[in-house]
Amino acid sequence: MHPIAQRLQREFPGGFVKSVEWRGDLAVTVRRETMHDVAGFLHDDPDMDFDYIVHVSSVDWPDDEERFEVVYEFYSIRKRHRIRLKARVPESDCEVTSLTDLWKGADFMEREVYDMMGIRFRNHPDLRRILMPDDYDEGYPLRKDFPLRGKGWRDTFEFLNETRP
Amino acid sequence: MQPIEDQRSNAYEDQRSTVYKVDPAHPESSTLPTLRTEELLLNMGPQHPSTHGVLKVILELEGERIVKATPVMGFLHRGVEKLAEDGTYHQFIPHTDRLDYVCAMYNNFAYCRAVEKLMNITVPERAEYLRTIVAEVQRIIGHQFWLGTQALDIGAMTVFFYAFRDREILLDWFDELCGARLTTSWYRIGGVERDLTPSLTEKLRRFLDYFPPKIDEYVVFLEKNRIWLARTKGVAVISAEDAVSFGLSGPTLRGSGVDYDLRKSEAYAAYPRCEFSVPVGKNGDTYDRYWIRVQEMRESVKIITQCLDQMPAEGSIMADVPSVTLPPKDRVFTNLDSMIQQFKLFSQGFDAPRGEIYCGTEAHKGELGFYIVSAGGGKPYRLKIRAPSFIHMGAFDHMSRGYMIADAVTIFGTYDIVMGECDR
Repeated sequence: MHPIAQRLQREFPGGFVKSVEWRGDLAVTVRRETMHDVAGFLHDDPDMDFDYIVHVSSVDWPDDEERFEVVYEFYSIRKRHRIRLKARVPESDCEVTSLTDLWKGADFMEREVYDMMGIRFRNHPDLRRILMPDDYDEGYPLRKDFPLRGKGWRDTFEFLNETRP
Repeated sequence: MQPIEDQRSNAYEDQRSTVYKVDPAHPESSTLPTLRTEELLLNMGPQHPSTHGVLKVILELEGERIVKATPVMGFLHRGVEKLAEDGTYHQFIPHTDRLDYVCAMYNNFAYCRAVEKLMNITVPERAEYLRTIVAEVQRIIGHQFWLGTQALDIGAMTVFFYAFRDREILLDWFDELCGARLTTSWYRIGGVERDLTPSLTEKLRRFLDYFPPKIDEYVVFLEKNRIWLARTKGVAVISAEDAVSFGLSGPTLRGSGVDYDLRKSEAYAAYPRCEFSVPVGKNGDTYDRYWIRVQEMRESVKIITQCLDQMPAEGSIMADVPSVTLPPKDRVFTNLDSMIQQFKLFSQGFDAPRGEIYCGTEAHKGELGFYIVSAGGGKPYRLKIRAPSFIHMGAFDHMSRGYMIADAVTIFGTYDIVMGECDR
């Protein structure tokens, strides 16, 4: 196992779920209740020193019991290592704790995840839609049950139905 | 028209009007009236010419100073990440052109690198050099475009004409290389679409001799221009710590003195075989970021020259992995196997293994990354684009507080935002 994953398993025996190393990327899955503590450890511990947030993302697995996956990717500019931190979120209680208090850049990135996948972030300072309109009520576009052409809102624009000469 | 209040975040509702009381310790405080000042809301955009597309920012102003800025984005949202889930890996390459439509080559490059990492493909040496050359040409184009438009926004018009005159030479070069000036789609998974011709090499060499004195020409217009200096020095300052915490990248991060460049730290393509330096600023202001971009143009010229000298004269431009990479175009029309290969790759795609990768590439704006989750099969299960423009906008509020309205234009510009990439 990767030394960073070993360290995380030692520090958080209850929260650690698994670690995968593939194509040189390290991905660690933790329980979502301990996500904020693990992220705090990664941010503050001098051996970890993950000071740079790369991206926040989400994946929808509709057939799984815990449907969504929240993905954070961190990098350390001084130590030159990177880690992907993941947690599974069930659809019934679709919420994780925001990491905006650790990385300021998480603000917009988490808003995008909320907008696209509908995962809420507890303690986020301004959790609103960011790319879709504020009054958009067709749901969350990147979920797998959202059709590619949308749910009909798009066809209500008159200019789309004009017959062209 | 919708009233402005409805569009605002409710979190700041209570701060909207402030009553300023006279200091009670003041000897005449009892006789002076209470001054009531109110913050003004100003909608900037989405059709403002200096917002580089369709960006709207709601500025809360106290006089002419910005108290808070709320970016409103998504006017150019086309659901590219959703579209990616519906097509094969090869079919997504033209979509990447439309992300940062000013510098399409970089998007192609970043995407192809990510898929190559997923499929574990090694690109032939000549193709690596070609990719590096074209990427650096694209970096020069991007910086010329930035320099011209940023100076134009701030009030120095002349340099725009000079930068665009030289950019035109390179766009024509792209036209000859791949048949398009902006939406290039020249990179392919595992290599590139076509090779340099002797005429293209000759033209590029001529440009490399021509260009360095022209950089000095641009600089003359700006570095002795009092307006330019006054409007860039000390404007939009961000400390190194904050810049890292916000996830800024590229010249916007290096302007604050953080030496982080993926070309050095990841050492991909032909970069480890070239000698070049990464300029790093000190003050973290707009002027330092400008200086970095000018220096990067000079470094790009060095990289291209070295690549042209070192590049093997002969060699394949596409990795030979028939299950993934495309056959040479001339063989598709003459050879049955190649035709079947091409047909199958475009209609069904290739079978990607289950897994997930993240691959970042140093574009001229910053780190352009692709996070691809594959559940097997020919289409990406999830494709996330880490767009530097979007992440830079996250720091806009932090960087604009306390500056004048007119500086808001400088601050959009200093990120080099393109809304196609920001909204995806």
